[in-house]
Amino acid sequence: MSIATTKSIQVKGLRKSYKQHQVLKGVDFEVEKGSIFALLGSNGAGKTTVVKILATLLKQDGGTAVVNGFDVASKPDGVRQSISLTGQFAAVDEVLTGRENLVMLAKLRHLPHPRQVADDMLKRFGLTEAADRRASTYSGGMRRRLDIALSLVGKPQIVFLDEPTTGLDPESRIEVWKIVKELADGGTTIFLTTQYLEEAEQLADRIAILHEGRIIASGTLSELKKLFPQAKVEYVEKQPSLEEIFLAIVGKKEAI
Amino acid sequence: METAKNHFLSDMGVMLGRSMRHIFRSMDTIITVCITPIALMLLFVYVFGGAIQADTDNYVNYLLPGILLIAIASGISYTAYRLFLDKQRGIIERFHSMPIARSAVLWGHVLTSVVSNVITVVIIVLVALAMGFRSSAGILPWLAVAGILVLFTLALTWVAAIAGLSAKSVEGASAFSYPLLFLPFISSAFVPTDSMPRVVRAFAENQPVTSIVEAIRALLSGQPVGHDIWVALAWCVGIMLAAYLFAMRAYKKRA
Ligand SMILES: Nc1ncnc2c1ncn2[C@@H]1O[C@H](COP(=O)(O)OP(=O)(O)OP(=O)(O)O)[C@@H](O)[C@H]1O
Ligand SMILES: [Mg+2]
Repeated sequence: MSIATTKSIQVKGLRKSYKQHQVLKGVDFEVEKGSIFALLGSNGAGKTTVVKILATLLKQDGGTAVVNGFDVASKPDGVRQSISLTGQFAAVDEVLTGRENLVMLAKLRHLPHPRQVADDMLKRFGLTEAADRRASTYSGGMRRRLDIALSLVGKPQIVFLDEPTTGLDPESRIEVWKIVKELADGGTTIFLTTQYLEEAEQLADRIAILHEGRIIASGTLSELKKLFPQAKVEYVEKQPSLEEIFLAIVGKKEAI
Repeated sequence: METAKNHFLSDMGVMLGRSMRHIFRSMDTIITVCITPIALMLLFVYVFGGAIQADTDNYVNYLLPGILLIAIASGISYTAYRLFLDKQRGIIERFHSMPIARSAVLWGHVLTSVVSNVITVVIIVLVALAMGFRSSAGILPWLAVAGILVLFTLALTWVAAIAGLSAKSVEGASAFSYPLLFLPFISSAFVPTDSMPRVVRAFAENQPVTSIVEAIRALLSGQPVGHDIWVALAWCVGIMLAAYLFAMRAYKKRA
């Protein structure tokens, strides 16, 4: 049963600890259908933990998370029907070729014409030439593209991308950005995590900053820019970058 | 949602197809698994064989059951290895975030383990035939032997699954099989147990390998099997069930 709403993801009071270590201390945010949402945070902030809970790989200790109308704790199968996950580290089968990887995923999604699906994906992601080579021979960028292609098999409504461009060169990064924008234009909801402020700035409709277990700021880029205290007193007309906003907010919290 | 369960068999088929590709693309692993047991067989037959007093006139016949168990015990360390890599590379997570039957992923590995060990066993039996192994057994005893070997493989595969799922490193994932490799040496696999000192003999006669070896040997040589086969089956099923439960727990917790 899906609750009619314009929200693809609703997270309230999400808590998670690993043993003594409290990683999420009450995380709240919502993601609109068809939007690109970026979760920003430094190393160890808990971004992957959030993604894993939303993708039903990890159970939260408290709070609720609803994805596409399905509660992750009580309706994980419904969630899995609605989403796809591209983890932080490319999860491709290196022994198989790119094509075999895609055919396998299409079969696991029980699509009627797996080979056709694979061909289409290979073309769309510029991997046709390399299709019959083992994925172990792919460059980092190709591997990431295959990884994302695998996630998109079966046209999931919500796509999670955990640091999709970490470790990529600028060119591959721009390619991934293009893919993400195209997806969003096609109506897919995108949830991405990143450490790169520029990436959030480039892609996201809304940005949330995760710091010390909580969302310390969220909104559109322009809303976040308003939070930047020095902006109005500055002489030179200089827009603060997200990086400066981030540091300003984090610095303010830590001063308290 | 019932869909995930309805697709269990087809999902597992896809998983099996995947790992079989892995096996056939790394034939070196099968060769590696075959080499040590074959070398042991050559060593024992042509070097020590003359000095060993076994009950049979054909020492290859005496040796083969133990050699097969050694082959399986070393073969399953690759199962642990493959499972560990899938876990470490996030492939299990990818599958688990999809609407597929969760246990299909694990069962795919288990079936793969059985298939690859069957291949190994067939290769070693062929080599043994070339070395003079002969059996008067008919089709039923052979089927019984096959059944015991498959059960033994399944039992050790689930032990391997525990190792693969809980290991922190590649070495850890495969090191667990070394102690298993020693069991056949302290059993009746190479020499009859009556030549051993009392304590060793007590251990040898009451550990699983001896009963399995004795049962297979009796079946292959057309002797009455006696109660060895029931002890052997009890060991295999017992180990399998216990390991299955622990592996499933590790699977639910860690993967
Ligand atoms: N399985 C685990 N057991 C114990 N601690 C963990 C585990 N997974 C994560 N942690 C800890 O939880 C914290 C958050 O981890 P998480 O991976 O969610 O961060 P992240 O924001 O994704 O970081 P990164 O940018 O490095 O990927 C870290 O301090 C990490 O060490
Ligand atoms: Mg992370």
